[in-house]
Amino acid sequence: MSILVNKNSRVLVQGFTGSEGTFHARQMIEYGTQVVGGVTPGKGGQKHLDRPVFNTVKEAVEETGADVSIIFVPPPFAADAIMEAADAGIKVTVTITEGIPTQDMVKVREYLKDHETRLIGPNCPGIITAEEAKIGIMPGFIFRKGPVGVVSRSGTLTYEAVDQVTKAGLGQTTAIGIGGDPIIGTSTLDAIKLFMDDPDTEGIIMIGEIGGSMEADAAYWVRKHGTKPVVGFIAGQTAPRGRRMGHAGAIIGGKADTAAAKMKIMTECGIHVVESPAHIGETIAKLLK
Amino acid sequence: MKLIFKIHSMNIHEYQGKNILKSYGVAIQEGIVAETPEKAVEAAKELSKHTGTKLWVIKAQIHAGGRGKGGGVKLARNIDDVKALAKKMIGMTLVTHQTGPEGKVVHKVLVAEDVYYPGESNIKEYYMSVLLNRQTGRNVIMYSTEGGMDIEAVAEKTPHLIFREEIDPAIGLLGFQARRIAFNLGLSGKAFKEMVRFVSALYTAYVKTDSSLFEINPVLKTSDDRILAVDCKVNLDDNALFRHKDYMELRDLAEEDPAEVEASKHDLNFIKLDGNVGCMVNGAGLAMATMDIIKLSGGQPANFLDVGGTANAETVEAGFRIILKDPNVKAILINIFGGIVRCDRVAQGVVDAYHSVGNITVPVIVRLQGTNAEEGKKLIDDSGLKVYSAITLQEAADKVKELVG
Repeated sequence: MSILVNKNSRVLVQGFTGSEGTFHARQMIEYGTQVVGGVTPGKGGQKHLDRPVFNTVKEAVEETGADVSIIFVPPPFAADAIMEAADAGIKVTVTITEGIPTQDMVKVREYLKDHETRLIGPNCPGIITAEEAKIGIMPGFIFRKGPVGVVSRSGTLTYEAVDQVTKAGLGQTTAIGIGGDPIIGTSTLDAIKLFMDDPDTEGIIMIGEIGGSMEADAAYWVRKHGTKPVVGFIAGQTAPRGRRMGHAGAIIGGKADTAAAKMKIMTECGIHVVESPAHIGETIAKLLK
Repeated sequence: MKLIFKIHSMNIHEYQGKNILKSYGVAIQEGIVAETPEKAVEAAKELSKHTGTKLWVIKAQIHAGGRGKGGGVKLARNIDDVKALAKKMIGMTLVTHQTGPEGKVVHKVLVAEDVYYPGESNIKEYYMSVLLNRQTGRNVIMYSTEGGMDIEAVAEKTPHLIFREEIDPAIGLLGFQARRIAFNLGLSGKAFKEMVRFVSALYTAYVKTDSSLFEINPVLKTSDDRILAVDCKVNLDDNALFRHKDYMELRDLAEEDPAEVEASKHDLNFIKLDGNVGCMVNGAGLAMATMDIIKLSGGQPANFLDVGGTANAETVEAGFRIILKDPNVKAILINIFGGIVRCDRVAQGVVDAYHSVGNITVPVIVRLQGTNAEEGKKLIDDSGLKVYSAITLQEAADKVKELVG
């Protein structure tokens, strides 16, 4: 088992024929992901990477039975692409695109309320179920099948955690990068709930950063409903107030969104908080022994 | 996946923000910007012709709040005052609670009309901002009867005096919502109508300009019941600048840290801090985590630097040059997790950059992990340079401790 995606997921690439879409679609296929086709408006009917290209997501879903999509569409058109996926009945849509205007995402969030679609991202590395399906841009070779679920707001820091888990002799069920923007489709808590319900996931790693209240929300839920050990790390313990640290969402606004405040709440809620990002792997390994 | 030249924040001056508000029909305290005392005098005369004002407020234009307390807002009673105050203010270093102890040099002043004139009704200051509620993903208008002061202090002492009106993005601000705001602020008659119009225009401006924050403090009710924006802080969403190319011109490089401006030319995301260990990392989250590990190892991070998805010789060289401008830097930690980026290429980039920068006297620690990490480490170890290699994050941390801890 795993969460959200697996070897049976039928994946569509939106922005298939662009350079990013092409590069990463090829990597995803090499990993073993079932990429069943792609969408590039105006290029319908062509073949790309031996797979059919469609003009619309709806048409692609009808022809291929796709249930998951990944979006590499440039920022001005990305919000529209997400809503098109939702309209076509895609179950999970992963948006890699960085730099989508916030007001566009306000509309997307509202639109998705009336749809079944789960959005992951935007501005994220994607989701991977180890040794089954990679729907994202992460380096596949660092993942091994195993008992640890990983949820994180960042890209390379996720790889760091995953690599430590693998080198500690464990592996991952699913790793999900939820993205660093102010508005994202899947929260830390959403992912934690899914991992708690997944029989194969025995422990969870939750990586957060300064800004917002997602980690605190997740921590309070874990205190009440958690059934598995959770290891937590918050990046930005040394970040100054009022400066945005790369991610649009990573800015300390109030007292509650500093790293120290989040770490305190998480600890109080029974999460195993590590101060150093170098100790993520060994801590989960000890807990799962 | 970047479409435009990326900058990490888009703050603009009060006078620029007011121009934007005015263009959307938001009533403002009128003013004219000036860069010399002579121009300030001309501005004052011109302003009196249009508005009839007999007094003038001279306001320092810097990207920071708290100007009044720092001496950056002064009332001029006559034209000689205007000249004297402008002369004193232009070129001065203004220190406020938002500038840091080093302060900011004032290059421009806004000569504004006096709006606190006496009259029949009481003058009253309110607070109003428009921003995103991250929990709900909707825009919210936040407002208070307690204007003209630090809103965080209000939130702490009298939270019941802060109100919120959340807006449905599909429908926009509704009439009853605008009226509720005006009622909650205790307004009636002409001032009530003016406030409803003010709020509606403000929300329209916020959405149409793709702003990420409007903060109007104070919103003023004048003694003749007009509602005006007396000050404003406008932050534009840099992700949306492709829709507003004209706003790019509003960027004032003089207000930004020169090292950060230089970094943005190379598409590097850099923030200067005041520690002793420089760092260069791929990815914002890992960059923050690297700063944390520097602190845990006994050092202090000198900067945040995210080189993004392409860590090559050119970006590494630019990063080196920017970090080395800071005399406090005693060591540099490069931390790259190679995914798509290959570590051996990054290592070669570091070696090449090291040679082309020349004269690097501080120790450099290079931690490479991921694709071809071993090959990268070998390249560093064989280079003969004063560069230490590391593979695990703990090894890098230990090395930092050894050098500066």
